[in-house]
Amino acid sequence: MEQTTDWQPSDVQRERDVWRRRRTLRSAAIAALSTTLLVGTLAFAVVSSPGWERVQATYFHWPKAVDAFPAVVEGLWLNIRVMLVCAVLIVALSLTIAVMRTLRGPVAFPLRMIGTAYVDIFRGLPLLLVLFLLGFGGPALNLTGLPTSALFWGCAALVLSYSAYVAEVFRAGIESIHPSQRLAGRSLGLTYSQTLRHVVLPQAWRRVLPPLMNDLVSLQKDSGLIAVLGVVDAIRAAQIETARDFNYTPYVVAGFLFICLTIPMARLTDWYAKKQGFHGAGGML
Amino acid sequence: MNEPLLHMAGVRKAFGSHVVLRSVDLEIEPGQCVVLIGASGSGKSTLLRCVNLLEQVDDGVITFDGRDITDPRVDGDEVRSRMGMVFQSYNLFPHLDVLGNVTLALLKVHGVAREEARERGLAMLDRVGLAAKSAARPDDLSGGQQQRVAIARALVANPRLMLLDEVTSALDPELVGEVLDLLTDLKRDGVTMLLNTHEMGFARDVADQVCFLHDGTIHESGMPEQVLGDPRKDRTRAFLSRIRA
Repeated sequence: MEQTTDWQPSDVQRERDVWRRRRTLRSAAIAALSTTLLVGTLAFAVVSSPGWERVQATYFHWPKAVDAFPAVVEGLWLNIRVMLVCAVLIVALSLTIAVMRTLRGPVAFPLRMIGTAYVDIFRGLPLLLVLFLLGFGGPALNLTGLPTSALFWGCAALVLSYSAYVAEVFRAGIESIHPSQRLAGRSLGLTYSQTLRHVVLPQAWRRVLPPLMNDLVSLQKDSGLIAVLGVVDAIRAAQIETARDFNYTPYVVAGFLFICLTIPMARLTDWYAKKQGFHGAGGML
Repeated sequence: MNEPLLHMAGVRKAFGSHVVLRSVDLEIEPGQCVVLIGASGSGKSTLLRCVNLLEQVDDGVITFDGRDITDPRVDGDEVRSRMGMVFQSYNLFPHLDVLGNVTLALLKVHGVAREEARERGLAMLDRVGLAAKSAARPDDLSGGQQQRVAIARALVANPRLMLLDEVTSALDPELVGEVLDLLTDLKRDGVTMLLNTHEMGFARDVADQVCFLHDGTIHESGMPEQVLGDPRKDRTRAFLSRIRA
């Protein structure tokens, strides 16, 4: 195909372009105006409420925030480490469970059964309950070779609970790959597991990554739940700071920091989903 | 001579630096059947999609029913509701049964009452010979049947113009005939059609005008006997000899 570079837009096209640009500017102006109005009204409603001064003193006290910040950040660092370690373990365990559940043939029946039972149990149990059971029951078992720290057992509870959910996401991804892909793999002489490893899983992985990112954000917040076992994470640190003078500002600081962590992750998810491109043919519509 | 139903002048469409349509001029009168031919990637599908406003043209004017539809102020949905489009891979909605596919636009776009939509849908299915399949799911039909449903879906709201994009390319040879027969019927009933195809025999039989698309423009056009039988341009001759070989 010829690459013409000497093309100049016609008058009609120039007029259209001008109109489109004007419309874009107008849309942006309307968006800015309506946003200012809405946010302004909401802010005014909050600030002008009768109890605002007391709320401000209790929840938005700047010196207290500065005071509590180092302790909360230190706790948050623990949240981040817990999240990272758990995320890796969750991916490994859930992928195993998902593959176990998708195996075929009578020989694999016990594996399928174990996988199903695991998902049924840990998806049904509230996370807090698993934390209490493992966090207090685990160390009591006195298993040789396993640490008795609340941190270890708290992470174990998170991994077990989350893997049940994530395994289902993986399984949905695996099953969404069209059977013709398996046929094509097998027709090349790849074995069942080679087909799974080299053809099905890479495609399934790409498809489920956006929902998995969602679970990661969720895990980041739930990592705070291990505080119930006495581990000092960001929330627990804020609670300790609060207990000194019943000023709740440290909670706001912790909440703010959690949001600061999740927003980049959410944008990363959006970016990735967009890169995957679900607009295909006829992208205009 | 009639007022043209569709008029294209200097239509240009590029994807990034890749210029697909350089300058296309085309006229279709009511009741005419215009067939686009050309090599793979010559822009036949892009041209149809531009007419259906599925792609925004970079330049040029397309007039449909006396109105410039490339004007950005025009409501594209309204324009599309007066055209019918059929795709190479049918694009039926798998979650709806055959009648549901055919009546969706009548109910949601044209505001036809449920009972009347049902009657019109069934009548249209009868016309394409699939009245008995109205409750079937698209996946349970053969390719030829699916394509006939797609044609019924596009035709049921009495569009002024039918756009058919390689409608037989995905079909087994023995199923091509049933779809082409249907299109021949439509032509006889006076439906205006713009289509692209690789079926040269069909083009020769039904076309009022054959256009050879090459280098982003209509390289040669005329009566089918002339363009297909005795092409004037070397490029057209080379293309035709390649597909006959």
